[in-house]
Amino acid sequence: MSVRPNTRPAGHKPLFWRDRAKRAIVFQLLLTAAVAVFLFYIIGNVQDNLSARGITTGFGFLNNTAGFGIVQSLIDYSSQDTYGRTFLVGLLNTLLVGGLGVIAATLIGFIVGIARLSPNWLLARLATAYIETFRNIPLLLQIFFWYFAVLRTLPSARDSLAFGEVIFLNVRGLYLPEPLFESGFGLIPATFIVAIIASIALLLWNKRRQEATGKRIPAVWISLVLIFGLPLLITVATGVPITWDIPELRGFNFRGGFTVIPEFLALWMALSIYTAAFIAEIVRSGIQAISHGQTEAAQALSLPRNLVLRLVVIPQALRVIIPPLTSQYLNLIKNSSLATAIGYPDLVSVFAGTTLNQTGQAIEVIAMTMAVYLTISLLVSMFMNWFNARVALVER
Amino acid sequence: MKTLKWISVGACALAPAFAMGTTLETVQSRDSVRCGVNAAQPGFSSLDDSDQYRGLDTDICRAVAAAALGDASKVDFVPLDSVERFTALQSGEVDLLSRTTTWTSSRDTTLGMHFTGVSYFDGQAFMVASDLGVQSAEELDGAAVCTQSGTTSELNLSDYFRMNDMSYDAVVFDSPEQSIAGFEAGRCDVLSSDASQLYAQRMQLADPDMAVVLPEIISKEPLGPAVRQGDDQWFNIVKWSLFAMLNAEELDVSSSNIDEHADSANPDIARLLGQDGNFGEGMGLNADWAYQIIKQVGNYAEIYDRNVGAGSNFNIARGLNALWRDGGIQYAPPIR
Repeated sequence: MSVRPNTRPAGHKPLFWRDRAKRAIVFQLLLTAAVAVFLFYIIGNVQDNLSARGITTGFGFLNNTAGFGIVQSLIDYSSQDTYGRTFLVGLLNTLLVGGLGVIAATLIGFIVGIARLSPNWLLARLATAYIETFRNIPLLLQIFFWYFAVLRTLPSARDSLAFGEVIFLNVRGLYLPEPLFESGFGLIPATFIVAIIASIALLLWNKRRQEATGKRIPAVWISLVLIFGLPLLITVATGVPITWDIPELRGFNFRGGFTVIPEFLALWMALSIYTAAFIAEIVRSGIQAISHGQTEAAQALSLPRNLVLRLVVIPQALRVIIPPLTSQYLNLIKNSSLATAIGYPDLVSVFAGTTLNQTGQAIEVIAMTMAVYLTISLLVSMFMNWFNARVALVER
Repeated sequence: MKTLKWISVGACALAPAFAMGTTLETVQSRDSVRCGVNAAQPGFSSLDDSDQYRGLDTDICRAVAAAALGDASKVDFVPLDSVERFTALQSGEVDLLSRTTTWTSSRDTTLGMHFTGVSYFDGQAFMVASDLGVQSAEELDGAAVCTQSGTTSELNLSDYFRMNDMSYDAVVFDSPEQSIAGFEAGRCDVLSSDASQLYAQRMQLADPDMAVVLPEIISKEPLGPAVRQGDDQWFNIVKWSLFAMLNAEELDVSSSNIDEHADSANPDIARLLGQDGNFGEGMGLNADWAYQIIKQVGNYAEIYDRNVGAGSNFNIARGLNALWRDGGIQYAPPIR
């Protein structure tokens, strides 16, 4: 057995360009420096050229008065507020439709995905038809469809569909009564929070007790009663400290109450239904990835079908489902920028549309808008990666 | 060779400042004027049946091409939406912007561009459904108003309703096609935009009689062509192309009778048509620059009538756009 002689004299360090690790560090430093110099040069170049052409730069415009109205705002906004505030209004509107879209798409997606595997022939075919229809039509067309084709059939403000004379639906949107809280109302949300904490404690205790003794109580039902019953009891006990601001027709439109604008409804529906079709396929593939033996084993333990799904199949399927699901969530949030086509006041429409045009500061506005989408996407990714790590297979 | 090409592309991208020639030199070497226009605004810029752009704004582009290149057909029209128009001009994508753009102080002073004049005096107005029975804009309290993003309309709207102590809901679409569709679907009671555009949009309704344009004009909207700052020669060419058309109307010189003035005794006409002196020289143009504009495109009255006036579907009265001597405010400095 020949041993390759070590040509390097012991105790003598190699020259640093002969050392692979050190060489790598040097090259990486050089590359980083080159990128930094390049960026520095580009930014300086842009600034020089813009000022040479008399184009205003900087973020000072954010403090100027915006002077235009926005149809939906989650925070107080009037046309006398600043451009900075329009950024916030647009951002919150984007987050609203993105957040509610993710929730609705997940619910619909799971239901359709599971329905597609149902032994019921009709249910399975309906789910397939849903998936193939909605994922194969461009999203923008679907948004136009919900907005122009469906909403257009709604009646005008004067012929609104009324539900019990308190809820009205017409082409201008859905008008709901708005609760106005009187003094003493604070007790109700407080009870609600206490009930939630108590329910969580109860569920944890029930789980531990079941693991220790095998006995269980219907903790889910008890929690639901706690969460909804207790606040209701307090509400009645305090003499219902809520009055309702009921929308009524005055002049052209309904005034008062709470309005859900049709742009929001159309965008929310389109985004949820479109993305749900993809999520349904992801759910189906996740479930099918679980060996059928698992289901058979669970059935052999005589678990009912819903428990087989809930306790055996879905927890394992989630490991397959979560990573592609993350991409769908990111797609949904980014697709919400199509809002501008139907006039929903999201970030792109309000800030990268009107504000950009009134101030003309394209570079700053677009950079801020891109930074927002990047930040949202990275946060969603981070959360989903954390969640993925939690449900990942833990070897015992 | 390929490497060389990429190196030169890279060098251009990294050059500290654009070391291009003047806009006129660029236009002449390219042999066409790149002009930013509306994609579809009948009367100002829209495609006709034979896929040619027609309209008041596009005729301004043609006039500039006639002056700079001697041929009114050498225009590349670049359709732009209202959000991208300024960037397109600033970046050199177009040589001039003739796209129903309102001349405002902030646009003139902070966007690196210069407006060269007013080709159309406009104002913002309201269109409502006839069956609402509204007579005046002051009855619009609480109305839902459709408008377009990226225009001065949104600002005027908010100012008008605030000053009159009225409330409104703004529904903002990103194109005129969407906003008229929203109005037609009943999403809003009112469509607000520049009056000229409202007349055009009203004609696009399935039944134009279902809507009326209210008499109130709530803002000044002087629309005009704009060029980049920093090239005074090109600025002058675009500015004087419009002035030449206005002067021609004032002197009753039109595309049909221009050749009868071949040897005019009227010194103003002789100077306009380059028979007396060379007033194109200062702009780097030929002496017949104005002759080419009027011969190939027409005077201001001609382009107005055929695009938005009596000779078009819109039949908009000259109003403010009449010459000063006819009670309007269109007035051009003399050529001499």
